[in-house]
Amino acid sequence: MNVSFFFEVLLGGLLAGVMYSLVAIGFVLIYKASGVFNFAQGAMVFLAALTFVSLTERGVPFVVALVITLAVMIVLGIAIEKVVLRPLVNQPPITLFMATIGLTFVLEGLSQLVWGSQPHGLEIGIKDEPIGWLLDNAGMSVSQFDLSAAGIAGVMVAALALFFQYTRIGRALRAVADDHQAALAVGIPLKHIWAIVWTVAGFVALVAGLMWGSRNGVQYALTFIALKALPVLILGGFESIPGAIIGGLIVGASEKLAEVYLPQLLNAPLTNMLGTAVNLQGIESWFAYVIALLFLLVRPQGLFGEKIIDRV
Amino acid sequence: MLYREAGQFKSTYAEDQQIFPIRQDRIAIAALLLFAFVIVPLVANQYWFAAILTPLLIFALAALGLNILTGYAGQLSLGTAAFMAVGAFMAYNFELRIPGMPILVSFALGGLCAAAVGIVFGLPSLRIKGFYLAVATLACQFFVLWAMQRFGWFSNNSTSGVITAGKIEILGYEFASAGSKYLLTLGVVAVMALAAKNLMRSQTGRSFMAVRDMDVAAGVIGIPIMKTKLLAFAISSFYCGVAGALYAFCYLGTVEPEAFNLDLSFRILFMIIIGGVGSILGSFLGAAFITLLPIFLSVLFGGVSRLLDIEISHAVQSNFELIVFGGLIIFFLIVEPHGFARLWQIAKEKLRLWPFPH
Amino acid sequence: MNRAYPVGETVLAVEGVSLAFGGVKALTNVSFDVREHEVRAIIGPNGAGKSSMLNVINGVYHPQQGTIRFRTNGAWREFHDMDSNEAARLGVARTFQNIALFKGMTALDNILTGRNLKMRCSFVEQALWLGRAKKEELEHRRAVEGVIDFLEIQHIRKTPVGKLPYGLQKRVELGRALAAEPALLLLDEPMAGMNLEEKQDMCRFILDVNDHYGTTIVLIEHDMGVVMDISDRVVVLDYGRKIGDGTPDEIRANQAVIDAYLGVAH
Repeated sequence: MNVSFFFEVLLGGLLAGVMYSLVAIGFVLIYKASGVFNFAQGAMVFLAALTFVSLTERGVPFVVALVITLAVMIVLGIAIEKVVLRPLVNQPPITLFMATIGLTFVLEGLSQLVWGSQPHGLEIGIKDEPIGWLLDNAGMSVSQFDLSAAGIAGVMVAALALFFQYTRIGRALRAVADDHQAALAVGIPLKHIWAIVWTVAGFVALVAGLMWGSRNGVQYALTFIALKALPVLILGGFESIPGAIIGGLIVGASEKLAEVYLPQLLNAPLTNMLGTAVNLQGIESWFAYVIALLFLLVRPQGLFGEKIIDRV
Repeated sequence: MLYREAGQFKSTYAEDQQIFPIRQDRIAIAALLLFAFVIVPLVANQYWFAAILTPLLIFALAALGLNILTGYAGQLSLGTAAFMAVGAFMAYNFELRIPGMPILVSFALGGLCAAAVGIVFGLPSLRIKGFYLAVATLACQFFVLWAMQRFGWFSNNSTSGVITAGKIEILGYEFASAGSKYLLTLGVVAVMALAAKNLMRSQTGRSFMAVRDMDVAAGVIGIPIMKTKLLAFAISSFYCGVAGALYAFCYLGTVEPEAFNLDLSFRILFMIIIGGVGSILGSFLGAAFITLLPIFLSVLFGGVSRLLDIEISHAVQSNFELIVFGGLIIFFLIVEPHGFARLWQIAKEKLRLWPFPH
Repeated sequence: MNRAYPVGETVLAVEGVSLAFGGVKALTNVSFDVREHEVRAIIGPNGAGKSSMLNVINGVYHPQQGTIRFRTNGAWREFHDMDSNEAARLGVARTFQNIALFKGMTALDNILTGRNLKMRCSFVEQALWLGRAKKEELEHRRAVEGVIDFLEIQHIRKTPVGKLPYGLQKRVELGRALAAEPALLLLDEPMAGMNLEEKQDMCRFILDVNDHYGTTIVLIEHDMGVVMDISDRVVVLDYGRKIGDGTPDEIRANQAVIDAYLGVAH
């Protein structure tokens, strides 16, 4: 087995995992602050990417388009809080989850209604090419783009971590995440906090949208990124940003390794064993989920999550 | 005035336990069944059978299955379409590989295979709850779809896993026309709906609801939680499996694994949210609504485009449909989380009082 | 007073039970027994470990040390880590401090769930609703109606329990426990949050249960008047330890108990 190829695949997987983490962080933010599992995060990524690319294609300069898209996400965040969350404030989490599924459909339809449904390419100035010196010296092909994505994600996580720990709003967000009633009791304006959280999540969605959009193109399939984030959240726990990063790394790496190596290794033996043509190609469509599932059986709260205690 | 219980006394527990305790309800349901079994086949046309009625019944059955699992037993599932796929493909294989296999038995066996898959993917429910469980069912959804496409045996080694359902013959009579397929589907669905109602009003249903409402307390009073959850998965998947088999044999005829994708799972989830979770009637109402809505919208769009003399593209229509679906979900969750079934109940309550205001 | 079921031999023995949650010692070396057909009260200041004791008896918590011994059908069985399902099968039923009813079902259905261990039909038979399944369902309905009559809740049998006032919910919960025809009934503060009338009703029901069915009852209660009136013997817990065990009169005179309740440092 070619060792440097293995490392190339591993590294590629890890970096892909970081991309997943970018999306997962958006989920974690909203869940931490409002206890809502926002299934619509993927649709938000899609909306952000589509808005941005539609603006730039119409000649709007990069930075202006960025600002406008961010503004759109802020308005969206406030609108979601007012129209969807507030009326459902005392409902069980499952109801809120289903509402976000409905929200997903609304956002998907709305995005395509306004901007059209053709796929777009997205250029943000970083090329998806192997890093020169790595290729020459170690024979490994690692994309510049992936590495930059990792860097951007790292910066964002650091910024968010600082925000949560050291600012007043960050503290308020943590208080709300712990106990809504108590937060209200000390005078924290819940509605404002939720609007802020959804806005930050919108910003995260924008960054994720830009990265994923330039990698895979901005098209309807982008909404399914949300689904890829779920195994990441399971591994990392729904409430931890470091968990989202680590979960992402694990999911990305194992998925990539499975995609490349398992068909090679197992196609022939399984075909012989089962007597019918077996092709494990495409295993990555469910591999991450099964890994997450097995993990859940051992540790239902994920790596960093809090243990769930049932009291009677 | 019309809808009064006055004079209808129940003197035995048996009378009190009936599915339809009020005489007017019994008359209504008898009329509905008469209409569905006798009048509709006489007046409806090909289009109605093939494009509206049959799929409506099939989706109602799948929604019923999901309702048993998610509505009654409280185990959230996003893998409904996968169970339908198992039912469809296994029924196809039983028909194909065992000569002389009666079609209804194939359907039932397809359902049982789906039930087995349901139990396997339901095992995680013993440790995990809520949306974590939803993720486990997603694993099921993706895995089953992939397996149907990759393992040639399921589709008799056809390219991309497409299967074409064979003809349906019962006791020498061939169900070839759309109308006959409708009747067959109606029969199967009616029987299974009755069985579901019976199950949900007896101890099985109560155990399911107990596990849903407070599983720790359920355990304390002696309900075996593990068995109950797995039974819920098994029965629910059986219903979805039979629905899948009907989907392949009586509706589409030719079907590929992609037809049973995540989108379909979500559609069925929407059906029970809008129709009413934890309600047999709700499954039917939700299925009817979701099946008829696109048709209604396209008629509406057709009218608008003719009226305003503009061209409304298909893409615009389907996006609009997405927005309406999503919007309705949110609307129902806010306004009436128990869906149409509750609205129906409220309407009946009002009807009891009519024409008096209170 | 002539009792229909005079107090008999020991049916439940709690021996050296210690229970801790992390660093918190809920129970320390508690031992006592319960005799057949008696009404045994467990009392003590808040946080004494009374609910934990009940939870240990019926298998919701597993003690780190000690055993629970039940006498069922004449034979003794010893448990270290029985689970609540097994306890239910042995004939233990209970109510909870915070009502543990199934909010999505009617009062009738809730009480019917209490009969689940007596239902024999398989789900297939239930789906077909033929002969045996129908007969069984009706038979259990009849039994449950007996409980409903006993607790005087006929008028709310079809009401979803979530809509009932607190006092009636507690009664329905008692009904669910009674429907199981238990040998041992554990009641966790059955009269909490009730006004005087409701308390009197509940006392009456508890005494009737003990009188008519001979059910052995262990109850936790704060109202001293009730405890002294209806119980045969009393166990007193304080900070997880047993500090008193005897008849109500003996307990009333016990200095340690008085100190515990008055908050005297010890």
